[in-house]
Amino acid sequence: MDLLQRTAHEVRDLMRKKEISSKELTEAALDRIEKIDGQIEAFLHTSRERALTWAQEVDKRLQEGQELSDLAGIPMALKDNICTEGIPTTCASKILGNFVPPYNATVTEKLYQGKAILVGKTNMDEFAMGSSTENSAFRKTKNPWDEQRVPGGSSGGSAAAVASSEVFYALGSDTGGSIRQPASFCGLVGLKPTYGLVSRYGLIAYASSLDQIGPLTKDVEDCALVLNAIAGHDPMDSTSAEGKEVDYRKALISDVKGLKIGIAKEYFGEGIDEAVKRNVYAAIEQLKSLGADYEEVSLPHTEYALPTYYILASSECSSNLARFDGIRYGYRTESYDNLTDLFVKTRSEGFGEEVKRRIMLGTYALSSGYYDAYYKKALQVRTLIKQDFDKAFEKFDVLIAPTTPTPAFRLGEKTDDPLQMYMSDVCTVPINIAGIPAISVPCGFVEGLPVGLQIMGKHFAESTLLRVAYTVEQNNAYHKERPAL
Amino acid sequence: MTISIKDVEQVANLARLSFTKQEKQDFAEKLTAIVGYIEKLNEVNVEGVEPTYHVLPLLNVLRKDEVQPSMEREKVLANAPDPQQGCFKVPKIME
Repeated sequence: MDLLQRTAHEVRDLMRKKEISSKELTEAALDRIEKIDGQIEAFLHTSRERALTWAQEVDKRLQEGQELSDLAGIPMALKDNICTEGIPTTCASKILGNFVPPYNATVTEKLYQGKAILVGKTNMDEFAMGSSTENSAFRKTKNPWDEQRVPGGSSGGSAAAVASSEVFYALGSDTGGSIRQPASFCGLVGLKPTYGLVSRYGLIAYASSLDQIGPLTKDVEDCALVLNAIAGHDPMDSTSAEGKEVDYRKALISDVKGLKIGIAKEYFGEGIDEAVKRNVYAAIEQLKSLGADYEEVSLPHTEYALPTYYILASSECSSNLARFDGIRYGYRTESYDNLTDLFVKTRSEGFGEEVKRRIMLGTYALSSGYYDAYYKKALQVRTLIKQDFDKAFEKFDVLIAPTTPTPAFRLGEKTDDPLQMYMSDVCTVPINIAGIPAISVPCGFVEGLPVGLQIMGKHFAESTLLRVAYTVEQNNAYHKERPAL
Repeated sequence: MTISIKDVEQVANLARLSFTKQEKQDFAEKLTAIVGYIEKLNEVNVEGVEPTYHVLPLLNVLRKDEVQPSMEREKVLANAPDPQQGCFKVPKIME
């Protein structure tokens, strides 16, 4: 296997045995990006000089025999809505096209402290609004398994960069499925942590009560290593949870004896591809053969999750994106008559169509006379959706479902019909609404395209999720497949 | 509910956005379809159900009242489209 196709923990071991240096690894990653990214278009910017300087520093420390973190010296990428001081952070939007953050996100800072090597920032749906990365103002990322297809979204650039072995792992953000859906489409492991486990400081906000940062990796072990690096309480994020530090590597146990699995029946209904279902059921049967028990369970409000999500997410985004006014940072229109005209022209020229649509929907839902009918109602339904999960977790350790209704769809297939595009998140949005964690892990292929299995747990049950995901992975070999590029 | 061109204009004004005639038509159609879909929530009986604003039981998160350094002025202004004399310059707000 080519060096770059290996996992982060494998190259960490090679580096520690001095079989490879961080500089060689980083150069190889940057060269590969130069060679294939014209085709995949996963990156919005790369920073070669900076990455190589950092890599040399890691090599020096390794030579000196210093003890370094698991991720030290390993090339990685960040989604372009995660702030990086001195490195452009655009949210794939024209309105932030020239923005260079004056500070780092907490996750950036934590990875830098662990001497991770940032090689570049990845493409995404503008402001993380979308499910295919086609809403980027700058380029359309391709799925490395089939370049006629989307990588998923909104963290499509991060997923494609890891799947095509341009970097060893990447961070994405997940508001309604934006880590798990692209992980599923690109054959990766993708984790949406419990709301509050990872700091959102420096993540450019889309919908603050739903957003979480998480890893996209080639296997479950890498997922645990990255989660170790980014999780933890942060005084800069008042919604970040206080709690004991957990070493997620300890969850890497291939054993599910006695585990109680709930099969959430609403996630296997209309619109879910038969081949996807077959793969997911096969994985569940396998877990049973390994000693787990399963039973069907109903989460009756699941069908209301998607409309609830679109009201809540749009309402929060209309408020969050009010800050883009052309005064303090970002794009400003060229000519204007007065202050209001400056705002209107700046925003109308700076935002793309889907972002405007969600700002409009949210403004409408929050406007006088409609607030109770839409926003408040959605918050009440949110309570019911959360209660469905609470009840299920009284009886089950985890719930299992498909991550996405279908494998990756074709570029352009859903761009004219927003509702069709929204439907691709039907299996992932309930998780964000309830704030629980969920992981997508590869469970097979349909006509050469990866399929993901989604494992959900109660708040802060990441260790349980990792253990079940690890068992699925270690009893199959899907995670060893790489796309031919 | 049908979203009319007039509704689009009103909401656009609140959101500080403007659209061409063609865009207004397109927004009216697509928003009508989306609002039609989200009205599915009318089927749910929510009488007596408390709204969930936030999923974690966090209340009144306060930091210690200690003085901390702020970001340097140059950094704050580095991205400004029109900084002047250490400030953000804005167009006249009163006639």
